Amino acid sequence: METAVAADAVLIKQHLIDPEICIRCNTCEATCPVGAITHDDRNYVVRADVCNLCMACISPCPTGSIDNWRTMPKVRAYPIEEQLLWDELPPELSADQLAAEGVAPEVVAAAAAEPVLAVKPEAANGEAPFNSAAYGATVPPWSAAHAYTNLFGPKTPTTATVVGNVNCTETGFHNQTHHIVLDFGAIPFPVLEGQSIGVIPPGVDALGRPHVARQYSVASPRNGERPGYNNVSLTVKRVTEDHQGRNVRGVASNYLCDLKVGDPVQVIGPFGQSFLMPNHPKSHIVMICTGTGSAPMRAMTEWRRRLRKSGKFEGGKLMLFFGARTQQELPYFGPLQSLPKDFIDINLAFSRTPGQPRKYVQDLIHERAVDLAPLLADPNAHFYVCGLKAMEEGVLLALRDTAAGSGLDWEQVAAALKREGRLHLETY
Amino acid sequence: MPIDYSQKIPNNVQLADDRTLQRALEQWQPNFIQWWDDVGPDESAKLDVYLRTATSVDPQGWAHFDYVKMRDYRWGIFLNPAEADRKIHFGDHLGEAAWQDVPGEHRANLRRIIVTQGDTEPASVEQQRHLGLTAPSLYDLRNLFQVNVEEGRHLWAMVYLLQKYFGRDGREEAGALLERTSGDENNPRILGAFNEKTPDWLAFFMFTYFTDRDGKFQLAALSESAFDPLARTTKFMLTEEAHHMFVGESGVSRVLQRTAQVMNELKTDDPEKVRAAGAIDLPTLQRYLNFHYSVTIDLFGADQSSNAATFYSSGLKGRFEEGKRSDDHLLKGQTYKVLEVQNGQLVEKDVPMLNALNEVLRDDFIKDSVAGVGRWNKVLEKAGLPQRLVVPHKAFNRRIGALAGIRMSPEGRIASEDEWKAHEAEWLPTAADRAFVASLMGRVVEPGKFAGWIAPPAVGINRQPIDFEYVRFG
Repeated sequence: METAVAADAVLIKQHLIDPEICIRCNTCEATCPVGAITHDDRNYVVRADVCNLCMACISPCPTGSIDNWRTMPKVRAYPIEEQLLWDELPPELSADQLAAEGVAPEVVAAAAAEPVLAVKPEAANGEAPFNSAAYGATVPPWSAAHAYTNLFGPKTPTTATVVGNVNCTETGFHNQTHHIVLDFGAIPFPVLEGQSIGVIPPGVDALGRPHVARQYSVASPRNGERPGYNNVSLTVKRVTEDHQGRNVRGVASNYLCDLKVGDPVQVIGPFGQSFLMPNHPKSHIVMICTGTGSAPMRAMTEWRRRLRKSGKFEGGKLMLFFGARTQQELPYFGPLQSLPKDFIDINLAFSRTPGQPRKYVQDLIHERAVDLAPLLADPNAHFYVCGLKAMEEGVLLALRDTAAGSGLDWEQVAAALKREGRLHLETY
Repeated sequence: MPIDYSQKIPNNVQLADDRTLQRALEQWQPNFIQWWDDVGPDESAKLDVYLRTATSVDPQGWAHFDYVKMRDYRWGIFLNPAEADRKIHFGDHLGEAAWQDVPGEHRANLRRIIVTQGDTEPASVEQQRHLGLTAPSLYDLRNLFQVNVEEGRHLWAMVYLLQKYFGRDGREEAGALLERTSGDENNPRILGAFNEKTPDWLAFFMFTYFTDRDGKFQLAALSESAFDPLARTTKFMLTEEAHHMFVGESGVSRVLQRTAQVMNELKTDDPEKVRAAGAIDLPTLQRYLNFHYSVTIDLFGADQSSNAATFYSSGLKGRFEEGKRSDDHLLKGQTYKVLEVQNGQLVEKDVPMLNALNEVLRDDFIKDSVAGVGRWNKVLEKAGLPQRLVVPHKAFNRRIGALAGIRMSPEGRIASEDEWKAHEAEWLPTAADRAFVASLMGRVVEPGKFAGWIAPPAVGINRQPIDFEYVRFG
């Protein structure tokens, strides 16, 4: 899964700090993991070319001034020298102004329709808006293994070698998803299922600056894509268009999909310390994903499969809810079919199968509510959601319906899921 | 009372593995709760408050929002992540490894520093305990309570250091932090400003702007300390302190906004007319500012202090942003200008820099404060009003140091006793000012509604709408 915006898109959502609300407390600058924020005596500002939209600065900001965005042609992004002089934020550029910069009106409209953050409009009845992201746990399950993080940072990446690169969707089909295996040789790079790594594409962007790292969840279990080897696999969709269907060529995804065996790759990480699987006997795992969001699910499933094969693990349900546009686009469709039915309960949803009604993962959740409700209440059951941001709210609402349908108090269930590290959200 | 350590006290100090510390905290925690019940926020026990709780030190973990009853707030113990092989970067021990334990020769001074800092945390909760009954909105009520629980957590942070590193003395000091009471004649809080009353919301906003900013500068200076656990603790506290200053800066800013609106609507700058319209007039705001500013800058201590020199040279307390300064970090033989009165004139005098470090920190604070007052003035400027707020002269209304007791106008003119008496009511809040402000204080609890003397904020907390139910009444 690729979480950074396509780097060669015409428009960006530029991250800005509102100088009228900011109190210059320095929390954002101290928090920013990539050094994108700086200040002078007057203002705190964000370097558009360094900010990777990781959002680490958003919740620590005491004022909300950090949460401002402007749609800008990438080449016209406000430089920090200009931001340092502001007394207030500039208005959004109008469609006419953007057109004057050579941006087509339909591109502007599409960009406007996609906020950087899923800020929900206030509910009409005056209740608090349903904020799906707030339900995600920030702690791992109690039986998770210890995760190593940030062993290699952007300034000190390590080098891995490509040892495999195959298209794991149906060949010849328009959308390609690659299964890429990277080997670390003698360099320690311990990863757990659910963690991610960063890949730094070589070369520079249109403005001559080095590319920033893109994050990918590992698709392989802790003891290697090939058991006993120091390697990891990634699930990478070749990005040829953005979420609105505009033609863009994803820098990192195309770089990765084009790699040959033996090529070196600059890698940072590992990242993530809560989206981790439980390890205690009889722990259940419910996996809900779309597209390349299947990567961590493949990793967890494969680790459980290996344990089972070695006779070290018994019991513990695996349930998978997996959505894609078509069967041909579903990564790992073939291998998935060969898993024993008593090992994993697989539910597939296709939203663009010709002649069939559109079906989404949340529809599957509703269909399986009777089986899911006991798991919501079971302290041994853990839920994982990974895929496009757009699915998150639908999935959470479906889980809420599931709870309500069997007489459970959703807020209580959700609080327990969060407190006990039993519901993990990773959407992009 | 048994404590479930991972749940009840979020921490990154391996509390579950430290039996000695557990025992100390088990003794202390019920006393803390008792203290909270006795002198913590008034009539707040049944309220569900939308609060931010730190559950870990990473960006995802330390801003966790949810409804909680304050008594059940998870007061955690957090240290910023350790820096491998951190070296002492100032004073006589420059270049040596930072201390992971307390060196015997600095034990008494470090304990005194930690106790003095720790004493301010419960003190401000006590000072603010009645404010909840007159909150101008649910949004403000929530912000007050957030400040209160975080001051409570800061107390925990200091108590952790005392109990972990100072043995029996530390445990006794931790207990004494709950025994002193703000404003108590027999057993007052250590520092003067923390025995003053915070009687109304304007005072609260001024306090969180100025006095919590003193906290910021003290914490920042301690976050440079050679004693690594103190440095890491205070660094984490600074992120929370930022919220307190936000409450102050935005609070005063919103009061100004409302005042300016009323002045424009009525086309008047007559304080009486503004007051009659239910807003706080600019001269009263200026007087409150003068008071809180002058009381707060006293907190930095005497302008010449051999203790300050000792604390610096021995590596206990650095300067603000010590790590970002590019001098020799020893300061020996250097001088700094301080003010004193000679022959009825205010004059600058060069004194050894090391002895003047309180003054250095005070001047850093002043610079930071003035910048924020400049942002307040932007509100007036934007409203098209010519009036501006100003910070008074450094020597105005001082009680501590060489400038203590000098009669001085806010502009920095030496004043005679008669002149002072004639103008005191223009320079500092009078009983009538305070009575007027108190008369405006009435509780507003309808979501999205604000008292008439303050404008709504520009944005809500944690991206929630402004009419969000930030506090639920049980």
